Amino acid sequence: MNAASPASPLLEVRGLRMHFPVSEGLLGRKVGDVKAVDGIDFTVRRGETLGLVGESGCGKTTTGRCVLRLEKPTAGQIIFDGVDIASLGGKQLQALRQRIQVIFQDPYSSLNPRMTIGQIIAEPMFVHGIEPNATKRMERVHELLTICGLNAGFADRYPHEMSGGQRQRVGIARALAMNPEFIVCDEPVSALDVSIQAQVVNLLEDLREKFGLTYLFIAHDLSVVRHLCQRVAVMYLGHIVEMADSDTLFDNPQHPYTRALLAAVPVPDPDVEQGREFRPVKGEVPSPMNPPSGCVFHPRCPMAVDRCSKEAPQPREIAPGHMVACSEVKITG
Amino acid sequence: MSTTVPTMGLPAAVDASLALRPTVWMRCLRFVRREPLGTFGLALVIVMAVTGSMAELIAPYNPTANDFSAMTEAPSWAHLLGTDQFGRDLLSRLIYGARTAMIVGLSSALVGGVIGLVLGVGSAYFGGLIDLVMQRIFDIVMAFPLIILALAVVSIFGTGVQNVIIAITIPLIPRCARVVRSSALAIREIPYVDAARACGFSHSRIILRHMVPNVMAPFLIMITASVGQAVLAEASLSYLGLGVQEPVPAWGLMLQGGAEEYASTAPWIAIFPGLAIMLSVLGVNLFGDAMRDTLDPKMRNR
Ligand SMILES: Nc1ncnc2c1ncn2[C@@H]1O[C@H](COP(=O)(O)OP(=O)(O)OP(=O)(O)O)[C@@H](O)[C@H]1O
Ligand code: SF4
Ligand SMILES: [Mg+2]
Repeated sequence: MNAASPASPLLEVRGLRMHFPVSEGLLGRKVGDVKAVDGIDFTVRRGETLGLVGESGCGKTTTGRCVLRLEKPTAGQIIFDGVDIASLGGKQLQALRQRIQVIFQDPYSSLNPRMTIGQIIAEPMFVHGIEPNATKRMERVHELLTICGLNAGFADRYPHEMSGGQRQRVGIARALAMNPEFIVCDEPVSALDVSIQAQVVNLLEDLREKFGLTYLFIAHDLSVVRHLCQRVAVMYLGHIVEMADSDTLFDNPQHPYTRALLAAVPVPDPDVEQGREFRPVKGEVPSPMNPPSGCVFHPRCPMAVDRCSKEAPQPREIAPGHMVACSEVKITG
Repeated sequence: MSTTVPTMGLPAAVDASLALRPTVWMRCLRFVRREPLGTFGLALVIVMAVTGSMAELIAPYNPTANDFSAMTEAPSWAHLLGTDQFGRDLLSRLIYGARTAMIVGLSSALVGGVIGLVLGVGSAYFGGLIDLVMQRIFDIVMAFPLIILALAVVSIFGTGVQNVIIAITIPLIPRCARVVRSSALAIREIPYVDAARACGFSHSRIILRHMVPNVMAPFLIMITASVGQAVLAEASLSYLGLGVQEPVPAWGLMLQGGAEEYASTAPWIAIFPGLAIMLSVLGVNLFGDAMRDTLDPKMRNR
């Protein structure tokens, strides 16, 4: 295969908006909207991992939930394998759910405490008729547990009898049970011990190669993102401000927000890189209910000029595959 | 006294979590040790259940047989608790009355509880308009005191054991639904419900398999509380002449008529059924409180 040919997109998100109405008082009068996601575009190519990073509350989880169709987006298109799934319902949505799966952040609350591990992993196979034979289904459960690095004997345990890392592996096994093509990973390792994070990250990487999976990988930890993702999108207050290949983004960030996040200093030492989380940019993150006019980053931007508060910068490709939403950045390539 | 746990070797420790999975018996023992009052309550309930269900074997006399040679007799060896104005043996009537109380109390608490459970969890799961409408309906039903609503239902459907059960079940539904709903609202936000939705499970599967089993604690607490309320409501309805009808033995009924008339000359006619009502409700409530503390310590201050 020609490595230079652009892989076809599996997921294409266009103009996605998710506004949550805020109501007040007894009668539930609507007083405004939380603009959790406010018009974002991105594509995820087949077989790649797209990282989604940004400060807490910028809308990463909401984006993931829209793609999973756990929320119905306010506006925009979510084109999965050629079909717009943004307003799908009923049977078609059920069928889609086999193809898009999720791994949650918190391994403690993402497994039903009243079910055994075996039941948890077998249930989707049973419901969708993927493996109607009970004995074969249990064999498949054991196989999935083994694939995810767990002893097949864990099938009889309850979630509370396992460690966080083990539970997260169960969550991964459950996601794999339906043979999905696409998995939304919402901070899958940030609730785990540092010593276990690397193991789970490596497992995800192995599974992607083995089963040809495509990931939307939401994360806080930049070293994990750099390790795992081919491309990275940076979000700020419901917008994607920069998107590029992983190496480009980390080595040559262009958007003032990305630069501030990365503190602009390359850190060659992996131990230092490990601890490199989001450094708070000066000032408070504005409320998504009442975002600033123009460029949403302007109140905190060190490069801001007059027109930044009036015109919202349009995303531009400043170099092939390098998208930046800032009017002050020069086109380089 | 302190029990020493033998130090476990490494291989054993690996599976300690499995070995420590408490059995039903261990849980029961712990309940008895920690909740003496609750155990006492449970004992009262068990006595009531056993006497009620084995009434034929235990009762010394036919509860409906009149004996005009032994009217309003004080407690004696022949009639341990005395007789009423028709010469019916009070002990035998109390024992059969326990059966009536059990049937009415348990069935209305169970039926009302289960309907409330499904409505409460469903309301929380679907949310939005469905939830809003259900909530308002519950509010309206709950605006009437339990006994008033039960009276209204009985006056529509008529008296008799079956209708009394219906009359008490209806007001119990929203009470259980409301408590269950508030727990279910919290469960709704837990990621395993999202995981079930992301797996494409049906609404009924998510409600019944993923949410209902996780609101069992408040549900069981509500059910036991409801049994007490139902027993009391049945006694009140029967006392008012709108519940179980003569000659079926029921505690509330026994407090009526002769009991009032002979209150000064034959007080045992009123005292024993009154005691039976009090002890059974006390027993159910003590047990219910202890179970609440055991199952859900957070609800203690509600
Ligand atoms: N169901 C909801 N109703 C109202 N507001 C919501 C809802 N879900 C999310 N929000 C708001 O939308 C914004 C984005 O939330 P989101 O969970 O997507 O952020 P995030 O980037 O995942 O943050 P974190 O890193 O903390 O997980 C937040 O301000 C949040 O309060
Ligand atoms: S558009 Fe203006 S405010 Fe926004 S990031 Fe660029 S320079 Fe800063
Ligand atoms: Mg999040």
